[in-house]
Amino acid sequence: MKLTLKIWRQKNATSKGSLETYQVTDVDGDMSFLEMLDVLNADLIENGKDPVEFDHDCREGICGSCSLQINGRPHGPKRHITTCQLHMRSFKDGDTIVIEPWRAKAFPVIKDLVVDRTAFDRIQQAGGYISVNTSGNTIDANSIPVEKDDADEAFNSATCIGCGACVAACKNASAMLFTSAKVSQFALLPQGEVEASRRVLNMVNQMDKEGFGACSNTGACYIECPKDISLENIARINREYLKASVEG
Amino acid sequence: MGIVSSSIARKVSMALSGLFLVVFLAQHFTINFSSVVAPETFNEWSHFMGTNGLVQFALQPVLILGVIFHFVMGIILELKNNRARVHSYKKYSGSANSSWASRNMIISGAVVLAFLGLHFYDFWVPEIIYKYVDVNEAMESRYYPELVHKFESPVRVGIYCLAFVLLMFHLWHGFASSFQTMGWNNKYSKAIKGFTKLYAVAIPLGFIFIALYHHFNQIPH
Ligand code: HEM
Ligand code: SF4
Ligand code: FES
Repeated sequence: MKLTLKIWRQKNATSKGSLETYQVTDVDGDMSFLEMLDVLNADLIENGKDPVEFDHDCREGICGSCSLQINGRPHGPKRHITTCQLHMRSFKDGDTIVIEPWRAKAFPVIKDLVVDRTAFDRIQQAGGYISVNTSGNTIDANSIPVEKDDADEAFNSATCIGCGACVAACKNASAMLFTSAKVSQFALLPQGEVEASRRVLNMVNQMDKEGFGACSNTGACYIECPKDISLENIARINREYLKASVEG
Repeated sequence: MGIVSSSIARKVSMALSGLFLVVFLAQHFTINFSSVVAPETFNEWSHFMGTNGLVQFALQPVLILGVIFHFVMGIILELKNNRARVHSYKKYSGSANSSWASRNMIISGAVVLAFLGLHFYDFWVPEIIYKYVDVNEAMESRYYPELVHKFESPVRVGIYCLAFVLLMFHLWHGFASSFQTMGWNNKYSKAIKGFTKLYAVAIPLGFIFIALYHHFNQIPH
């Protein structure tokens, strides 16, 4: 396959940046999207040019680092996958593919397609944990009974890999799906109850402070989420937030 | 931040004021629809609404404040949300993952707001002048012919229909969305969603029907 790529190139956080056009040939349908970029980069390096910077690590859909906006959608044309799980057979010979970084005020571009997602870490640090006494007589988590449905729901929420596709997809660059998953994974379990109020208030507060938008319930986040994090989490965080606000 | 200015608090206030307007709209529709099936009842109800102290001096101001609150908060949210993405995408495929109605609440809302301006000029301002400026006698039989004559002009009827189509889009997303915003997503959600979509289509279509009915069934001046 022969493809035309329009890739966002930006030297550093402060420079302006623009879309640059590249041609790639000999692209195989069984290549992953990231491998296709590897081919391009090998070519650029061979010709003494600066390779395209992009984030990647596990290349098997678990680390959440491969953040690419492909043809106007996070992780490309397929629903519920990461970029590393996208194969070139999803494209046709002669296609033009536009590749951009996540766009959000809270995710500033560092270089080319790489953005700074530490805003997510700060939301997590604001309350995405439980305090456990580890003085030597720690209670085994399994000794506290949890209803199967709740355990499953909490587990589903905990599968969020912090990729940021939800923010990238949202017209408001809202981080509600991410934050709601991180709140839900504790809100559903007895271990999370103690700090429940503080957790949701602090995490939402941090989310707002980072400059993410509000949720308009468009549902774009869920469609693009590689881990199927459900919109019920957003209803839950709203509920938890209201409860915490009323209780004070 | 806190309870009054957080993103969630803003959204909840948006949902509550929206739901308040949805309830008002149902009541308004019921009265208007009576003009098609029973003009005397329409006159009676209009007379009651127009002269009852509670309606005039308690409910009416609350409604006006509710509308103002809703659209002012809508504009604030829109501005804030736009600021969350400083550099927009060169290529953006919004329709691949969300509906037009959900992404363009500010547009459908703005059209409804413009219509509300016209609506006030058409009905509310003449009412206020009739009752409180010129201080005319209350006359129960005047409402029906006044209403019918308002729908004489095809331009006005056209604008009216267009506004209600946009309201349909606004409610198609907004009504169901308000339950999610208030944390309501459970085993009843499917039924609620069905009801909200039915309402979103039926009520605006009903208003359009009333306008067209009177347009084609004019009574002599
Ligand atoms: C006056 C003109 C209006 C404007 C400018 C307006 C604007 C908006 C906007 C921007 C939203 C979305 C908020 C968000 O995305 O977070 C919204 C939501 C909503 N609107 Fe309106 N609106 C108007 C009139 C109405 C009317 C007349 C009704 C009902 C009859 C209504 C019912 C709703 C509902 C139920 C919501 C959902 C709240 C939620 O998403 O939780 N709106 N409106
Ligand atoms: S909620 Fe989904 S899309 Fe958002 S960060 Fe988590 S895994 Fe990624
Ligand atoms: S590289 Fe780890 S999820 Fe794609």
